[in-house]
Amino acid sequence: MFRYLSAAALAAAMVLPTLAQAEEPTDPNVNARHALMQLYAYNLGVLGGMAQARMDYDPELATEAATAIYHVSMAHADRMWPEGTEVGATADSRALPAIWENRAEFDAAAQALTASAESAMGSVGTDLASLQAALGGIGQNCSACHRTFRQPE
Amino acid sequence: MIGRLAGGVAVLAVLAGGAFWMLTRPASLSDETLAALSAHEGDAQAGEAVFWAAGCASCHSAPDLAPGAAPEHRMVLAGGRSFPSDFGTFYAPNISPDVEHGIGGWTLPQFAHALLQGVSPEGAHYYPAFPYTTYTHATPEDIADLWAFWQTLPADATPSRAHDVGFPFSFRRGLGLWKLLNLHDDYATPAFDDAELARGQYLVEALGHCAECHTPRDAIGGLERDQWLAGAPNPAGQGRIPALPPEGWTAFDIAAYLESGFTPEFDTAGGEMADVIENMSRIAAPDRAAIAAYLVALRSSPNP
Ligand code: HEC
Ligand code: HEC
Ligand code: HEC
Repeated sequence: MFRYLSAAALAAAMVLPTLAQAEEPTDPNVNARHALMQLYAYNLGVLGGMAQARMDYDPELATEAATAIYHVSMAHADRMWPEGTEVGATADSRALPAIWENRAEFDAAAQALTASAESAMGSVGTDLASLQAALGGIGQNCSACHRTFRQPE
Repeated sequence: MIGRLAGGVAVLAVLAGGAFWMLTRPASLSDETLAALSAHEGDAQAGEAVFWAAGCASCHSAPDLAPGAAPEHRMVLAGGRSFPSDFGTFYAPNISPDVEHGIGGWTLPQFAHALLQGVSPEGAHYYPAFPYTTYTHATPEDIADLWAFWQTLPADATPSRAHDVGFPFSFRRGLGLWKLLNLHDDYATPAFDDAELARGQYLVEALGHCAECHTPRDAIGGLERDQWLAGAPNPAGQGRIPALPPEGWTAFDIAAYLESGFTPEFDTAGGEMADVIENMSRIAAPDRAAIAAYLVALRSSPNP
């Protein structure tokens, strides 16, 4: 009897966490900002791939990628970061509470990215060295925000 | 009877106290090390490379330094950053060459004693929040070069802030026992014959202190060396610091990350790693490649 009970308990223990997770769907805002960040990563990958000689330098493709980062960054500050969606408060979020404690700094970090992407749009098509210089500026701005506002996994 | 007992206890206490005193006595530098220090002519330029590889600026630069600040600003070692731990909060001191508030009045052997053995000029133990368990493996030549570089750094007059730790941790002498357990002469991973791997091992285990964050700690805050770089809880908050080398990353990927902060998926480094990258992006490319090669080699020869 005891054996069956403990087997049942074990089964319950294994099933319950899954159920608990299923009951708490990821907040749509968290999904939206992950999608936005993935767009950044995709386009940064085009620029970085060329800078690191993982792919051939293509001025048009590079300009497109920088332009995409610029446009994505414009959608950044105002939406998809409502209060109550910080890490721990909702599934899958790694957004640190610092975002809401210091919203002005967070928004400034997004604007800094917009500014560096805007100047990259005009320079990454010139030559590989210009692309590498512009990439450093963009990467710095991604990292600066992740340093303060994103928790490690 | 009572008198005899009390006498016995007193003798035991004195003996135990004596043993404690012996065991916790701060070590001094060996004659060999002192000779090597004075024989080497310090080279400030080589010292700058040691400075970035060892990441002194991550802890000793001012707390309000903006991310991406120019290297001149990262070289102002005013101190003041806080390091919360289970034992209290530590504050990095001013180690700029200011004579009154920094270490401007120190000698090279005093500087080496602090880095190689975690002992102050007054003969007190330092807290391991200062990663001397790493720097203890550094060569006297690198320390002498670093000291030559120090002479080129700007002085800053910010007073150091006292640590916020309670008894018994406020009692520095007790750290001698901690050092007996945690200050090792040997590396955590077996020696390599290959020159690049050996260089990478030196950069990680003697200077870069990657393990300080990427290795889990035991109850008294010592690194669990059998879990070398296996990943650890994030001391600065929730989440985990990832294991090294990251799964699926090539040596090229790791070296590129250390240079630019870009992962192979072109996510960008965050948390405290962003700061490590500001240092690592300033070391020579072959050194980044050596670190990457060492980390990848750990994959095929797991922890000892
Ligand atoms: C203004 C702040 C900010 C900027 C600028 C920023 N990020 Fe992020 N990023 C975040 C935060 C916060 C998260 C965590 C969001 C969450 O989990 O809710 C994140 C998460 C991510 C993720 C993980 C997404 C996922 O699916 O979990 C990637 C990848 C990423 N960012 C890439 C980038 C890149 C590339 C750039 C620069 C082109 C960039 N980010 C710029 C704040 C920023
Ligand atoms: C992880 C953070 C960290 C890093 C990296 C670090 N330090 Fe420190 N350092 C500290 C802390 C914390 C203390 C205070 C220790 C104590 O009071 O016991 C300290 C103390 C010192 C002292 C003693 C100062 C005094 O006034 O007694 C010296 C010298 C020093 N560090 C030099 C260095 C050098 C050189 C480097 C780079 C090779 C370095 N530190 C890297 C955190 C760090
Ligand atoms: C002060 C703490 C700290 C130190 C020191 C440190 N790291 Fe990290 N490291 C981190 C954190 C935190 C992350 C997670 C970064 C993030 O959230 O984007 C990380 C991430 C990484 C990653 C990416 C792993 C992944 O799976 O995404 C690599 C590679 C890495 N570190 C290598 C190193 C090397 C090599 C050193 C030594 C030269 C080092 N780290 C020193 C804290 C540290």
